[in-house]
Amino acid sequence: MTPGGSDGLVVDAEVRRGSFTLAVTLAAAAGQVLGLLGPNGAGKSTLLSAVAGLTPVSAGRITLAGQVMDDADAETFVEAARRPVGFVFQNYRLFPYMTVAENVAFSPRARGMGRRAARSAASHWLDRLGLAELADRKPGQLSGGQAQRVALARALAGEPALLLLDEPLSALDAGTRLDVQAELHRHLADFAGPCLLVTHDPLEALVLADQLVVIEAGRIVQEGTPAQVARQPATDYVAKLVGLNLYTGRADGSQVALTGGGSFVITDDGLRGEVLVAVRPSAIVLSTLPPQASSARNTWPAKITGLTMLADRVRLDLDGQPPALVDVTPAAVAELSLSPGSHVWLAVKATELEVYTRAGTQPA
Amino acid sequence: MTRIASSHLTAHERARWAARGGLPRSVPAPLLPPALIAVAFLLLPLAGLVIRAPWRHLAAALSGSDATQALVLSLWTATVTTGVSLLIGVPLAWVLARTSFPGQRLLRALVTLPLVLPPVVGGVALLLAFSRVGFVGRYLDYWFGLTIPFTPLAVIMAETFVAMPFLIITVEGALRSADQGFEEAAATLGAKRMTVFLRVTLPLVAPSLGAGAVLCWARALGEFGATITFAGSFPGQTETMPIAVYYALETDPEAAIALSLVLLLVSIVVLVSLRDRWLRGGSVQ
Repeated sequence: MTPGGSDGLVVDAEVRRGSFTLAVTLAAAAGQVLGLLGPNGAGKSTLLSAVAGLTPVSAGRITLAGQVMDDADAETFVEAARRPVGFVFQNYRLFPYMTVAENVAFSPRARGMGRRAARSAASHWLDRLGLAELADRKPGQLSGGQAQRVALARALAGEPALLLLDEPLSALDAGTRLDVQAELHRHLADFAGPCLLVTHDPLEALVLADQLVVIEAGRIVQEGTPAQVARQPATDYVAKLVGLNLYTGRADGSQVALTGGGSFVITDDGLRGEVLVAVRPSAIVLSTLPPQASSARNTWPAKITGLTMLADRVRLDLDGQPPALVDVTPAAVAELSLSPGSHVWLAVKATELEVYTRAGTQPA
Repeated sequence: MTRIASSHLTAHERARWAARGGLPRSVPAPLLPPALIAVAFLLLPLAGLVIRAPWRHLAAALSGSDATQALVLSLWTATVTTGVSLLIGVPLAWVLARTSFPGQRLLRALVTLPLVLPPVVGGVALLLAFSRVGFVGRYLDYWFGLTIPFTPLAVIMAETFVAMPFLIITVEGALRSADQGFEEAAATLGAKRMTVFLRVTLPLVAPSLGAGAVLCWARALGEFGATITFAGSFPGQTETMPIAVYYALETDPEAAIALSLVLLLVSIVVLVSLRDRWLRGGSVQ
């Protein structure tokens, strides 16, 4: 199935809200989970809102399975209630005065099913998501994970052709998040239509999404598979999310002159011109003396400006040409007496540098 | 160093103060007498009413035909008024809360005008509009032979005119502050706009709807000025309880006191039913 094929979602639109403009072009095929990754305020939720019909587009159009949902030029608009869309909101928005069963029966009923048929449709979905025992509870009596499943059941019970998930796991505590995530992964795999998943958790995006779109300040800055995005981030935001050092520079044979000063020796893959260089913080070797006769082709002096304790290692913030994040063991910090202000030497092998062009990204 | 004055603070007072936090709450001396005068002024008359009540023949005083008629008339007109106000006031509250159009603020001010307007003025206005020679009433009379003033319908109209705004502003406020996220969710679940209103919006504002209806009912029950002006005071037809009390005071003071007690009781019930919203005042939970 090609994106934008007969069952897919195609968005080529602008949404203006005050001084903020979201301008994106994207497509999601049936059965595909398209992750929308980006910082707060990037426009991810605005995009979902436009696809659901809660916000009209200011220009361009949105089509689903070949049918126009919104077209600013043709001045046509399909009301939210008529779009075959299931929306799982960030805080779930379960109706607090209804039981779980009534919440799940709401959509079948609103879409024209009789009371009895709606109730049996609801119980089917409750069974399917393992919620049968909670049918008579009110949303206030549910745990976060349960509420998340009820919200998913409620969205699916309307038999939507498209599923929208707005940070579905962000309201959960870390303990239950992994379980719910695994379960959500299963249910998303069962869903036949396209699915848009908004997140700012890179792990969530990696596990749940087939394809990623990174949105920053209302623009798409990178597209690709989760693995590609994680290995070759296009922007500082993504690099920080996936924990990589990211540099921009000009490649010239086996040399990259970095934009912020300094340079790297790289393996010559024939890249020329503007490139990005990504380095894992654990790939950089730190020593207190200038390394001599080392196999590392890149060595440079730097000064420690900060230390952060991570789970099992210490992340050092270093100022130099170029600056870098470097991961070392707590033992190394103690043995080398590293502290803010310490002058050290950094080294990295050319083969540890991921050098690539801004392919798969749209110019801002 | 000059000597610093100290005051007495018991363990009990310490514990209460510490638990509550903030500044000490003992009353500054100059505020106490006026506060006590205000309490006495408000409560003494009510106490007098209770003390002077003809408890022994209360039932007899209330079962006098005029009193019973007034009681029954008041109860059913106030109830119909509340029903009418719900039917037409809630939609207006929605319009005022959720739409914007030129002149909306002016309309809102005008709609809530009866809250501050002397009820007699309301009665005069209703009379000018709906009397047999009024600019609306003359056509009602001419086309349908319908004469409104001095009928129970006039009582209901007078009460609605005065009481409905209480319902409207209560519900409007609730609609404004209700979380519209639930309505968005309902729309994405396929609910058309009227379904959203009936199945999501109304249940969400149900507590305010109840409070507004009770307030409206109580106001209608106590209505005097607009009713006596527009509907008059025909026993059994338009003589509601407050009007009956007013006239009974001259002819049958015991009945007047008995009727007043009933109204006092109703007011207390209303106050208790609204306690969650009103009696807490500005306190933060």
